[in-house]
Amino acid sequence: MADPVLSVTGLSRSFGALKATDEVTLDLRPGEIHALIGPNGAGKSTLINLISGALSPDAGSVHLGGMDVTRLGVSARARLGLGRTYQISSLFPEFSALRNVMLAVQARQGSSFRFFLPVMADASLRDPALSLLDRVGLAARAHVIAAELSHGERRQLELAMALALSPRLLLLDEPMAGMGPEGSKAMTALLAQLGHALPILLVEHDMDAVFALADRISVLVYGRIIATGSVEEIRRDPEVRRAYLGDAA
Amino acid sequence: MITRERLVEITLVLLLAAVPIAAQLLNEPFYLTLATRVAILGLAAVGLNIALGLGGLVSFGHAAFFGVGGYVAGVLAIHAFNGTPMLLGLPGTKLMPFIWIVAILVSGLVALGIGALTLRTSGVYFIMITLAFAQMIYYFAISWPAYGGEDGLSFYVRNGFPGVDTLKPLPFLLICYALLALGLILFQVLRKSRFGAALQGARQNEVRVAATGISPYRIRLVAFVIWAMITGVAGALYADLNRFVSPAMLSWHMSGELIVLIVLGGVGRRFGPVVGAGLYVLLEYWLGGITERWQLFLGLMLLGVVLFARGGLIGLLAGKPRHG
Ligand SMILES: Nc1ncnc2c1ncn2[C@@H]1O[C@H](COP(=O)(O)OP(=O)(O)O)[C@@H](O)[C@H]1O
Ligand SMILES: [Mg+2]
Repeated sequence: MADPVLSVTGLSRSFGALKATDEVTLDLRPGEIHALIGPNGAGKSTLINLISGALSPDAGSVHLGGMDVTRLGVSARARLGLGRTYQISSLFPEFSALRNVMLAVQARQGSSFRFFLPVMADASLRDPALSLLDRVGLAARAHVIAAELSHGERRQLELAMALALSPRLLLLDEPMAGMGPEGSKAMTALLAQLGHALPILLVEHDMDAVFALADRISVLVYGRIIATGSVEEIRRDPEVRRAYLGDAA
Repeated sequence: MITRERLVEITLVLLLAAVPIAAQLLNEPFYLTLATRVAILGLAAVGLNIALGLGGLVSFGHAAFFGVGGYVAGVLAIHAFNGTPMLLGLPGTKLMPFIWIVAILVSGLVALGIGALTLRTSGVYFIMITLAFAQMIYYFAISWPAYGGEDGLSFYVRNGFPGVDTLKPLPFLLICYALLALGLILFQVLRKSRFGAALQGARQNEVRVAATGISPYRIRLVAFVIWAMITGVAGALYADLNRFVSPAMLSWHMSGELIVLIVLGGVGRRFGPVVGAGLYVLLEYWLGGITERWQLFLGLMLLGVVLFARGGLIGLLAGKPRHG
């Protein structure tokens, strides 16, 4: 089997007495969508933050493409190809959608210490940004201020910004949260398209989306992974049904 | 299409240009001094507008750079006047362009040091630590008898500029206008540049900037240094205006005045510093002639702006800023 693009080994993190992440081991293989599910407060966002470098672990390690990045910060991991979106949209509210993506493209190019050329006249930022907006279905809204975009559009914009970094993998924290059924469907289709080119670690509550998209699923409960397997295996796993899925599956 | 903001800006430029003419017609040379003050304080505020307006860096230390620029002008002038060598045996100079370059270098270096240490913090801590550094420089100046200590440093003849009679108020005013214009152009260019995008991004959403792989710290450090350099030049001009530099230029009052001025004018707006400086100088002149407590009225205006007109005077006149 191909080497994983991301591997997490024995990762732990406590907040006071609470073990939010408890010896989590998990990997993400090339070309797969690996869904991470679990009840609210299970520690999914915490795990994403540990992987992205926003939080530092008490123990364990994170490897990106074989390289140990456990001690690296958010910026450094982003430069190594780790793209992410946030559970709560995180954008530049005063910039237009286009300028949001352009800033991400600029970051990718690693060239923020240019003081003279106006960005709006800079085709090397504009063109890729426009095509990314097109890819996530936001081309028509390119000049709208981010603060004025609808909830679903913000999630699309976030995805465009994450893609602008030409990431080697994506961490998506509940990309469908707060979207209507239409939006969820569109996002599911978009992710299905991306997922074949780009491995995705997907935190999501929408089970229809998870079952439609995931190649593998890991179930997190109280900070621990209680099962990892294919969609079928997870659907059948008695412990998962008891702890999490209830009768929904 | 001409926006309302552009119209306001054009009006302001015409007003500034009208001052020397009015001074001539009304035979009121003092107007020239007022306009010079507006230009110099405006320039210092342009620097602050880069750090605060674009970068969201609220600090209380910019008087340090204003004062450092002032002392550079004073110290160089005194040594040139007395014909004595300075540090490392270097000669002084009475030429403004050289003085500005030294002011830029020295303020920039001081800012690099202070910024490198303080930009690790944010919010109230950042305010307090920048204040602490500025106060250190203030007390250093007070306790440095070679350069006047508490009394400050007078130099009797304004420094020169090749081909210009700087002793006359009008040419000196034009020099200050020219530097203010340069500052405003620089602000605009920076705002539209990649650097400006990253700096504004770091203000809007620091976490997101970091997540895209841009280090907010480094971006801010550069902004901090640029800010200090501009403020340093303004300080040098201010010393030349008064032919006097004292620790007062380094005091926290000065930092406070610059913040007040830019908030009055409009934070982050290109001409906010100019409007703010104009308003400040006029209030000081009119109200200051009536009552010693004119700053009380300034405070009331500030309160009004903060409560009712967050965009400052520019915001009132020109409406919300256009983004894009
Ligand atoms: N910064 C923090 N400080 C203290 N407790 C936290 C912090 N972040 C998360 N937690 C706690 O850790 C647990 C896991 O949270 P989270 O990772 O957000 O769960 P999920 O995303 O799975 O809903 C929750 O009980 C939450 O209250
Ligand atoms: Mg969460």
